[in-house]
Amino acid sequence: MPETITERGSRSGAESASGPRTGTGAPEAAPGTAPESAFEAKIAADERIEPRDWMPDAYRATLVRQIAQHAHSEIIGMQPEANWLTRAPSLRRKAILLAKVQDEAGHGLYLYSAAETLGTGRDELLDKLHAGRQKYSSIFNYPTLTWADVGAIGWLVDGAAIINQVPLCRCSYGPYARAMVRICKEESFHQRQGYELLHTLAHGTPEQHAMAQDAIDRWWWPSLMMFGPPDDESAHSAQSMAWKIKRHSNDELRQRFVDICVPQAEILGLTLPDPDLKWNEERGQHDFGAIDWSEFKEVLRGNGPCNEQRIGRRRQAHEDGAWVRDAAAAYAAKRAPGTAGPGEAAA
Amino acid sequence: MSAEAEDAGRRTTAGSGGTEPSADAGAGAGAAAGDWPLWEVFVRSRRGLSHVHAGSLHAPDAAMALRNARDLYTRRQEGVSVWVVPSTAVTASSPDEKDPFFAPAADKPYRHPTFYELPEGVRNL
Repeated sequence: MPETITERGSRSGAESASGPRTGTGAPEAAPGTAPESAFEAKIAADERIEPRDWMPDAYRATLVRQIAQHAHSEIIGMQPEANWLTRAPSLRRKAILLAKVQDEAGHGLYLYSAAETLGTGRDELLDKLHAGRQKYSSIFNYPTLTWADVGAIGWLVDGAAIINQVPLCRCSYGPYARAMVRICKEESFHQRQGYELLHTLAHGTPEQHAMAQDAIDRWWWPSLMMFGPPDDESAHSAQSMAWKIKRHSNDELRQRFVDICVPQAEILGLTLPDPDLKWNEERGQHDFGAIDWSEFKEVLRGNGPCNEQRIGRRRQAHEDGAWVRDAAAAYAAKRAPGTAGPGEAAA
Repeated sequence: MSAEAEDAGRRTTAGSGGTEPSADAGAGAGAAAGDWPLWEVFVRSRRGLSHVHAGSLHAPDAAMALRNARDLYTRRQEGVSVWVVPSTAVTASSPDEKDPFFAPAADKPYRHPTFYELPEGVRNL
């Protein structure tokens, strides 16, 4: 039952959200005003910052870094799941997976679009991704070894993403927040299809159950790492929280995720691979085992199982698509005199 | 890893869509060669409602912008009609002008019905 969401809700309203872009951002604030204090006042009042507003360079740079990494994660994230498109076990599952992978492309586009409002072009961001100068989520450097991994990604990886992203719908930067509203609506289908897939496997043959359990065993810990390093080691957290880009700490969100997953795993009939996982009556939360951050750092450093493969595929796809982009541009140029509005001189 | 056949290369290409963009199309700055223009997308979610800004995208021409807008913003029946407008065609008030520009409305509360005091017991007014 994928579609729980159909309408567009009260998104950005009629304002020109991404609107006409101004070059490298805001015209400097009008003489006689203090742009910095106007910015701080908006943040303090929980108002949104919009593209043409003055903003500190560091705020802009932080957003570009975060939104770009987020956008890259969406499009790199298409790869591990696309790996199973041609081997989906039924037409139903295949259609669902196709729709999900297409959504990820869409999410990437919403986010690149949001990044562009900050004055950084999508081509520039893609170049940096291809050159390894910008990152994407480490989770996508793990392989999808079995069909059950598609379920584990939907339930755990998209589940973790939702926990991370829901607060971003209230992010202080308007275009990013609006993109997240749209993305979050679509993610819930992703998570449910994964959960349903795992539930089906877990209640199938012993082999299918084992396959589902194996997928959970491999994806659980990397999913917990998706929330980022512990609060006391997180380089950007404090400033991002002060700017209201980020609303909750990494550890807080991780805890929320664990507490949500435990009962869901019980209903699946699968075990989360953590012997230390148990309910703590006093805290009203689950205790869980120590995360192996050395693994996280290794993957981040480029030494995960699939780092090279992912970037290699991305570069290749970009290069393979060059002729399509060239053809579309050539076609547009050729037709331009005929279709352009009045006043447009023929080429 | 070898276990991943990763056999969906063509699809990935298609999926990543137009990869040719420029930011700040509005300023006309930084449009590197090969960049596609930026379009603003407006969607009418159903009959009886007006078109509402949904987002933006890059496309080489209006026809492709419409198709891309369909794929990007109406995958779940969010719309019955789509407009695409070149971003450069939008003229916007600058945030800097905000106060003086919108000021004339600020001191005219009598434009709102709540400004007026009604006598006790009056109905249908």
